[in-house]
Parts: sequence; C-alpha cells; structure tokens
Amino acid sequence: MSIKSLLCASAVLAVAGSTAFAETEIQWWHAMGGTNGERVNKIAEDFNATQDEYKVVPVYKGNYTETMTAAIAAFRAKEHPQIVQVFEVGTATMMSAKGAIYPVEQLMKDAGEPFDGDAFLPAVVSYYETPEGELLSMPFNSSTPVLWYNKDALDAAGAEVPTTWDEVRTASQKLVDNGMKCGVSFGWQSWVMIENFSAWHNLPTGTKENGFAGFDTELTFNNASVAARLDDVASMGKDGLFVYGGRRGDSLPMFTNGECGMWMNSSAYYGSISSQAGFEFGQAMLPLDTKIADAPQNSIIGGATLWVLAGHEEAEYKGTAKFLSYLSSPEVQAWWHQETGYVPITTAAYELSKEQGFYDSNPGTDTAIKQLSLNTPTANSRGLRYGNFVQVRDVINEEMEALWGGEKTAQEALDAAVERGNDLLRKFERTAK
Amino acid sequence: MLKRVHFPASVLPYLLVAPQIVITLVFFIWPASQAMYQSFLIEDAFGLGTEFVWFENFQILATDHHYLASFQRTAVFSVLVAALSMGFALILAGFAQRVVRGAMFYRTMLIWPYAVAPVLAGALWVFMFNPTLGIFPYFLEFAGITWNHYLNGPQAMALVILAAAWKQVAYNFLFYLAAMQSIPNSVIEAAAIDGAGPARRFWTIIFPLISPTTFFLLVINMVYAFFETFGIIHAVTQGGPGTSTTILVYKVFNDGFVGLDLGGSAAQSVVLMVLVIAMTVVQFRFVERKVAY
Repeated sequence: MSIKSLLCASAVLAVAGSTAFAETEIQWWHAMGGTNGERVNKIAEDFNATQDEYKVVPVYKGNYTETMTAAIAAFRAKEHPQIVQVFEVGTATMMSAKGAIYPVEQLMKDAGEPFDGDAFLPAVVSYYETPEGELLSMPFNSSTPVLWYNKDALDAAGAEVPTTWDEVRTASQKLVDNGMKCGVSFGWQSWVMIENFSAWHNLPTGTKENGFAGFDTELTFNNASVAARLDDVASMGKDGLFVYGGRRGDSLPMFTNGECGMWMNSSAYYGSISSQAGFEFGQAMLPLDTKIADAPQNSIIGGATLWVLAGHEEAEYKGTAKFLSYLSSPEVQAWWHQETGYVPITTAAYELSKEQGFYDSNPGTDTAIKQLSLNTPTANSRGLRYGNFVQVRDVINEEMEALWGGEKTAQEALDAAVERGNDLLRKFERTAK
Repeated sequence: MLKRVHFPASVLPYLLVAPQIVITLVFFIWPASQAMYQSFLIEDAFGLGTEFVWFENFQILATDHHYLASFQRTAVFSVLVAALSMGFALILAGFAQRVVRGAMFYRTMLIWPYAVAPVLAGALWVFMFNPTLGIFPYFLEFAGITWNHYLNGPQAMALVILAAAWKQVAYNFLFYLAAMQSIPNSVIEAAAIDGAGPARRFWTIIFPLISPTTFFLLVINMVYAFFETFGIIHAVTQGGPGTSTTILVYKVFNDGFVGLDLGGSAAQSVVLMVLVIAMTVVQFRFVERKVAY
C-alpha cells in the first residue's frame, strides 16, 4: 500500500467520521466588516439553527475588491466557496465568466426551491438580470444615493430642503452666507454624479442599453446635459459652495462635522451618520435638473449580491438554494434593512417594515426605496453593465478630479473619460466571449 | 615551487549552495517567469478566456500617455523618498550616537516605526492630514495654507512622499547607527584633539567612513520606493487626485488586484522589473566607484 493511498484512506475516514451526524458545509465569503459582519454571522447562525442538514460558514475576506479577487484566485486554484458576495461594478466580470457561475434562478429551479422573480423590487433585481430576465445573482445589500441634509443648519440659514439643482445652489449660498464652510459635497462621484444622475434623468450612460444588451457597448455619458450639470457644480466649487472631499466616503466627516450642510451619498451611511452627527439630519431624494427633465425617473442601486460559483456537489447546491430562500424571506430582509440602512430586496419585506412601523418611528428611512421604485425602470435607469468597470470608475474619478481642480472643463473631462473608458471596454470585450 | 592542490570531487559544495539556489528559483525565477508569461496574455479574471497576444500589452502601455507620464512621477517620488528618509535617518543616527543616557530608549523608539504595516502607516497620515479632521491642516491654516490633498496634486504627492519616507527612516537609522558605531573611537578622538568640531568630524571622518552603508541604503531605498509603496498610496490617495500620485508600482497593483487586468498588470511589472535591474546595475557600476570600503 503506497503512502498516497494510505493518506487517502485516512482522509476518507476523517471525513466519514466528521460527517457521521454533521451537515454539508457551505462556504459564504463576504465583505461585511464590523457590525455588519456580526449581522452576517447572525443570519448564518439563525439559518443553521432552523435545520441540521446544512451548515453555512460565513468568512470575512476584506473589502469588496479583496473579496472578489480572493474568490477569483480561489476559483483558479479550484478552492472556491459556494457563495461569494460581489459588488455591483463586478457584475459584468462575473456574468461573463460563464463556466464559473451558477445563475441563481437556475439554481433555485434545479434545487426545487420556490422562487418568484416578481417578489423582488424591480429596481434591485433588474441590475442583476440577463436581457431575457433571468436572475443571475441574489441581491443582498443594496443601497442608492440620497441627499443627506443637516436640518439644523438649513433651518438656521433659512433654507429649504432642495428638490432641484437650482435650489441646491440657493440653499448652498444661504448656508455659506450663514457661516458654513461649504454648502454641498458628495462621495462616490462616478456612481452619484454620472451613473445615478443619468438614470435619474433617464439619460443613457452608454449604448446597448447601458451595456445590458452586449459587451460591444460604448460609453456616451459625455453628453451636453451631464457636462452642463458638472460645469455648474464646478462653478459652485469656485464660488465656495461645493467642496470636493475624496473619491469614496472620505467626505463623510465634512458632513458630520458640520462643515457642509448637504451631502450626496449612499443611503447605507445611515448608521454612521446617526452615530456621528451631533445635529438633526434627514435624507431627501436626489435633486432634479429641471433643464433636463420635468420629473425624476428612478435611481439605481449600489451594493452587492451573492453569486453562486460552479463546480460543487449537488447536495451543497441544495443547501445553498435553501439558504438563499431563507435569506430573502421577508423577516430576514426586513430585519437586515432596518438594522443596516440597506434597502429591502423584496416587496414583502418592505410591506413588513411598514407594518412594523419602522418608517413612522424613523422618518426618511424609506427615501432610498421610494427613489428606487419611483417608476418602472427604463433601459437607461435599470442599471449598467460595463466590463472592467472598476478601472473605468478610476478613470472617471481621475478626470472628474481634473475638472474640480480647474484643469479641464466638464466637456473635456467627460470626453477624456469616455475615450479612456471605451479602450477598457474593448479590452474586456476581447476576453469575454 | 608551488604545489597545485587537487580536491577530490564532492557533492558537498553542491549541497551547501542548493538551498540558496532552490530559494532563488522558487521565490524569484519562477514568479518572474510567470509574470513574463502572463504579460503575453490578454485574459479574463477567471482565466476562462485566454488569448496569446505577444507584445500587445506592451504596445498598449507604450501608447498610453498616462502610463508614460507616471515614469517621471515615479522618478520624483523615488528620489525624494530615498533622499528624505536617508537624510533624516543620518541626522537622527548622528545625534543618537552622541547620546549617553537613555540611549537604548531613544534607539528603540526610533526603530519602532519600521514595525508598522504600510497600510496602517498610510492610515495614520490620512488621519493627521485629513482636511477636515486632521491636526496638520488645522496648523497649516494659521500659516495661510489651505490643505486639501483630495484636490491638490502637489500636496497629495508631498503627503505620500512624507508617509513613505517616514516608514523607511527607522530602517535606515538602524544601519547608519550600526555603521557609526563601527568607526573606531580613536580616529574621531584624534580629529577632536586636532581641533575639529562635531560638524567637521562628521563630514570629514564619519560620513566618508560610512559611505558603503550609504550606498547599500541607496540601493535598498530606491527598490523600496519603486516596489513597496503601493500600500501607502492605496491608503492615502488611491493614486489621485487625477493621476498625480499614480506611480508605476501603484498602477501595477491597481490594474492587477483591483481591476483584475492580469495581462496589463504583468506587462507593467515586467517593465518595472527591467527598470529596477537596470538602475541597480547603474548604481553598482558608477556610484559604487565613489565608495571607499
């Protein structure tokens, strides 16, 4: 008997020993640190307690990019988890990896789990569906940008909560006149000021239905409407009404410290703001640019979904499907939504939160979901699906910083971003066939 | 007449160098050749669709003026990081050498920053220089300087240079201190008796005598600035504002590990590798001549 077969035999014994009463293990790699990580653990524990066939093991793998990179590296080494949490900009990369993913809708069907696509909020699931309407990954934590405002500061300056960009300027002027350092700022500028700004005004960001209808898409957000808006924001910057504070959430302290009276960023900052802000704050819908549209369309989401990776045992997929069902049940979703500020992914969870009186006791917390479900999403407001989008966003960040720094006009910056972005899209198209 | 000595052939010498060779092969040659191979591919993240493209990744780089512009930026960054960190270390070592009481305490404190992880070091500087919360922007305001490294490219560059240099001061300090301690006291005392003050003793005796250390540190610090600083940049500026702090190694890291463009990233790392090898050769050929061992 060779050493190898001895090892094999003992491995089999060990596995047999541990599975005598134990469950099939399901690995869930996620990017939720801190308190949200504890909540993820609770969801897994609660699920494990409901049955004894399967055991979901959540593993924290760092931030979104780190988690995705880890899962991809693991896939290449054939050591990948069953479930991995991937942020929305990674969607095109994931869906183009046909042999690597197991579409969620297919999984549910194969495993015989009840699944109703209509139960989900259209604005949430449409981001993750194929053009034919098949759901590819399970929405988990979704948010959307809203306008956060410092109610005390607005009241003191005699300003109203703005609903249009003209009013944003007036309110900012009043805030600055009243001694504030700046009127308005924002974070995640590509997401807020280009992707969502376009969806909100029903403008495309690219051809081929924002990339949904094919990888041969081209970016088109360098249109006159977006350029005019950004030029206006840049001029607000010159007047000291807008201050740029970094690419991601870096500008949060500007808002919570009372330097800026208004801040546009994800609704999921609810937890941070309520623990850091020493003033009364609120959230309102994104402002409308009345030169572009008479009424807003709907905003698009950010956040992450759970992707199921291919290449595992059938029994494991059965458990995975059961877990995803549990995860999207109204009780779990309503709890997750109320704890974190992410939007509920199903209509039932939204209704349940309403019934529980959550929005009455926390006014404004339904702004995000109202914004997302304002209208039936159009091809322009369903979301976007561009390959290499992490890098495209870097390019957009770089060019927008050139605009805020006064080195370029909005049109120049947007043209350059589109040109450089298209090169990245072409490169992606070649590998994603 | 000299007798030629013949040693019997033995496997022992081969065995003795084997570990070194294995380590070089496994940890240097193998990954480097993998990087070379990867740089000829255009591939999706999962490795499902692979296309062998010869030098296309390099062609893309050669025509990307943003990439070309980052060479100059990298040069400025590296020279300043090396100069600052070595300069400060030299000054600190010069003083620490003269300390009599509590020398151990000073030295330990000065070596400490080396144990801080790059990303953590970056985070510290982010907090100190945060335009809203930071202590330094608050003081700079009194000097009439508005600090916003999110928007001001030169300020952002200054910040990452400071952070990267600070991180390396401890390491350089350690070597300089050791070098200074190895200088025989008699030499310095003789100079002192001849009437040379501390500054003159430093420049005419100590500095030339530690020149091998300076040369060694120059090579090490340049390599550090070229290769190991992406963590700090990632934490502090993410290469911005615009592309003003995107140095070569940060782009390698960002394209490869954030953007998942493995071919492009590998091509850049090959370019970087060639560059650093060339630079090290130049240093050994031309700078080393000025070193007195």
